[in-house]
Amino acid sequence: MRLIQNPQTRLGANLLGLKLPLMALAALLATVAIPALAKPSDNTHEYSFDNGLKLIVKEDHRAPVLVSQVWYKVGSTYEYDGISGISHALEHMMFKGTEKFPDGAFDRIVSENGGRHNAFTSQDYTGYYQEFEKSRLEVSFQLESDRMRGLLLPEEEFKKEIRVVMEERQLRTEDNPQALTYEQFNAAAFVSSSLRIPVVGWMNDLENMTIDDLSDWYEQWYSPNNATIVVVGDVDPEEVYSLAKKYFAPIKSSKIKQPKPRQEIEQTGIRKIVVKAPAELPYFISGYKAPSLLTAKDKSDAYALAVLSAVLDGGNSSRFAKKLIRGSEIAANISTGYRMHSRGETLFHFDGTPAEGKTINDLIAAINAEIALLKTELVSNKELDRIKAQVVASEVYQRDSVSSQASTIGALESIGLDWRIIDEFVEKITAVTAKDIQRVAKKYLIEDKLTIAELDPQPLDTKQPRRAPTHLRH
Amino acid sequence: MTSLLTHKIKSLLAIVATVALASYAQLAQATPEIQHWQNEHGSKVYFVAAPELPMIDIRITFDAGSARDRDIPGLALMTNGLLAEGTSKLDADAIAESFENVGANFDNSVDRDSATISLRSLTDEKWFEPALETFITVLSDPSFSETVLERERQRALIALRGQKQSPQSIIGNAFYKNLYAGHAYAAPTLGYEKSMKAMTRANIQLFYQRHYVASNATIAIVGDLDRKGAVALANRLTAKLGKEEKLSRIDAVNYSSAKKRVHIEHPSTQTHIMVGMPSHARGDKDHFALFLGNHILGGSGFGSHITKAIREDRGLAYSAYSYIAAMRAEGPLVIGLQTSTNQTDEALQVLHDTLAAFLKNGPNEKELIAAKQDIINGFPLRIASNSSLLDYVSLIGFYGLPLDYLDSFTDKIDKVSKENVRNAFAKRIKLDQLLTVTVGQSNPEQ
Repeated sequence: MRLIQNPQTRLGANLLGLKLPLMALAALLATVAIPALAKPSDNTHEYSFDNGLKLIVKEDHRAPVLVSQVWYKVGSTYEYDGISGISHALEHMMFKGTEKFPDGAFDRIVSENGGRHNAFTSQDYTGYYQEFEKSRLEVSFQLESDRMRGLLLPEEEFKKEIRVVMEERQLRTEDNPQALTYEQFNAAAFVSSSLRIPVVGWMNDLENMTIDDLSDWYEQWYSPNNATIVVVGDVDPEEVYSLAKKYFAPIKSSKIKQPKPRQEIEQTGIRKIVVKAPAELPYFISGYKAPSLLTAKDKSDAYALAVLSAVLDGGNSSRFAKKLIRGSEIAANISTGYRMHSRGETLFHFDGTPAEGKTINDLIAAINAEIALLKTELVSNKELDRIKAQVVASEVYQRDSVSSQASTIGALESIGLDWRIIDEFVEKITAVTAKDIQRVAKKYLIEDKLTIAELDPQPLDTKQPRRAPTHLRH
Repeated sequence: MTSLLTHKIKSLLAIVATVALASYAQLAQATPEIQHWQNEHGSKVYFVAAPELPMIDIRITFDAGSARDRDIPGLALMTNGLLAEGTSKLDADAIAESFENVGANFDNSVDRDSATISLRSLTDEKWFEPALETFITVLSDPSFSETVLERERQRALIALRGQKQSPQSIIGNAFYKNLYAGHAYAAPTLGYEKSMKAMTRANIQLFYQRHYVASNATIAIVGDLDRKGAVALANRLTAKLGKEEKLSRIDAVNYSSAKKRVHIEHPSTQTHIMVGMPSHARGDKDHFALFLGNHILGGSGFGSHITKAIREDRGLAYSAYSYIAAMRAEGPLVIGLQTSTNQTDEALQVLHDTLAAFLKNGPNEKELIAAKQDIINGFPLRIASNSSLLDYVSLIGFYGLPLDYLDSFTDKIDKVSKENVRNAFAKRIKLDQLLTVTVGQSNPEQ
């Protein structure tokens, strides 16, 4: 991200953190009738252009505003050794000017129009967005179409901006012991796959990145046939289409050379690492290899894993909150994560900090006991009903934000899933049975597929100075 | 750079400007109507009907923030945090289930001025009613049991230890401690280890009895119900709360500090910097001039003076910003950044020069117009969702801002002149009285 707006989310969102779509299901829950609502896909229109660009428009006339997002299918999982962090560095440089709109113009024009804008880079995609009052979509399309192919990438700007990126890395990773542990955990969990690459990039790769690297990367991935535009808000779809046609249709497509699959080697035994860093609190993060919705042979496995995650950590009445934070009081904090919407394989995560007087080993043993229980005893209907209610309600709450609706569509499209599956989400989640959960617990939560990283806190008041990054040593 | 714009974009902007004028005139009508009354128990109620989605948001704000902690820092936070951890009839598990079984979200928060509890639920009675019943119980009948207090005390102590590894937390606490020495804003909301360990159940019960009373509650409701429904709802919310207690006013800030520099050692690779001083209280007549000025100084990200000088021109930081926290008593203007430690002196110099130039010259005409366009043209975004409306309505109610705050927002911004901005800043922000706090290594390896 170009600017910090929220604390960094390092782990995949758990079920409730996901943007959860809904369908109108009246008879789902015996006790409560679900209000009849339009399907998430209602009033959503898809258009495609000859140059390969896809446009998805969703009408939402609740407030006189709109969000316009451009998604490119490129992120850290497209990268390889030596150029890690290049997608994110390029995202920063996308604001540094074109011939038509030189450095600074983008920010100025958006702000003169009262817009909010920013960008984000993830493992699987890079996105740019503007939020405007409803009459200003053309501003977005003019600026975005121009920088889709017209970026100048001046070297003197790059020299400054790469330092900004290194400062970002220091702020979020180097000086944050839990984030540092996560990064090394991830690199231990994945050996041959590009999933091991941190989105922000390794410091040494950032130090050695050149403007030519960025230029090549831009040429390779930024084109209409590798992009999806999503507009949600108080708009007329046909007018949006006409505007998109005016600005984006003339852009020539290019040949996209897809990266090699670089499939992860099979993990055949538990992996454990220790990360030492100045810190106060012990912390651990662990993860089992798991398929995403895209890679799962049996798609219902992914939905079952999402529900499993919610059984353990879907709110304050979930098992972890009840049994480990309250109950046995072993955990001060604990959470799970399962990023089902991922282009490649993924992990089913746990992370946490033990309560005062307890150890990491106590906490991990307690989690293992919970996993064992999932394998031997069926989850209760009461728990399943609670998760269904949360999913149904979350979908309604999500409609309070045009951006959140747009992001759901854009993310699905960008990892290679059809956005129309938003209509199936509640149905699929609701179809998950206690036996499904037991089945996926037995299938995926097995020790040979586990990686564990432990943060070993080092004194914070050490007299031993820490090294500054190489680029700053004089 | 304007000269480099193509004709095309110029004409586009011309069109947009026309549209802006047109929509500007409609804004007053487009602002949702805020209905206001006092309920049967003397609580102020603010209601916006939002029938588009089948959901309801409720937030009750109490004058029960950490500025009310007195000699037990952390007391306001613990009291608020324990509400949903047990009532005389329900334990924490039952409370959580009661909300989550119907997909409702319960939330609570504490800052220096206020404490809140919130509920988001679907409207349908079968979903809403059980969640509401528990919400009222949690608010009116908390048990504050010793066992639960002990558990949450231990968790708070862990959180306090966690702050020691976060330069952001360290600098924030040190900034307020030094800026507000002797004032109720000095202590951190999370308190200190000592006060957290000393806190008793009796302290919490007393704090609750004094502050969580109907006359001290501001109720905000946004959602799918009509006035009649909202009136009934608002009466139910506070029906079981205690009777009136008069709270003393939070003292005005008496800041007469000479220029001060504080450094705290921390083994981070970056040095965190915060510079500032008290600015103004909510309701100040210069609020909009200061708001607009801060937007230009460092409140609007790219293109604002601080971000441009520190980040865009020199690459010294990822995040470089300014903000003014408008609070009950004089909240601070803060300018902040984080930079690799060996760049600290350079960054401090640039920050100082940028602020000095702004105080001396104020914004120029072009900047003023651009900032107004940004805020006025973007106004619909500020009130586009139920959650942002809830934020505004709660704010208006809690601080007693005029009911037409949103209606007149763009107009007030539009009326601010360059001189207003310059004078408002000059009156409050003095270069020779600034507090500067740094957190990092004083002798890093070069």
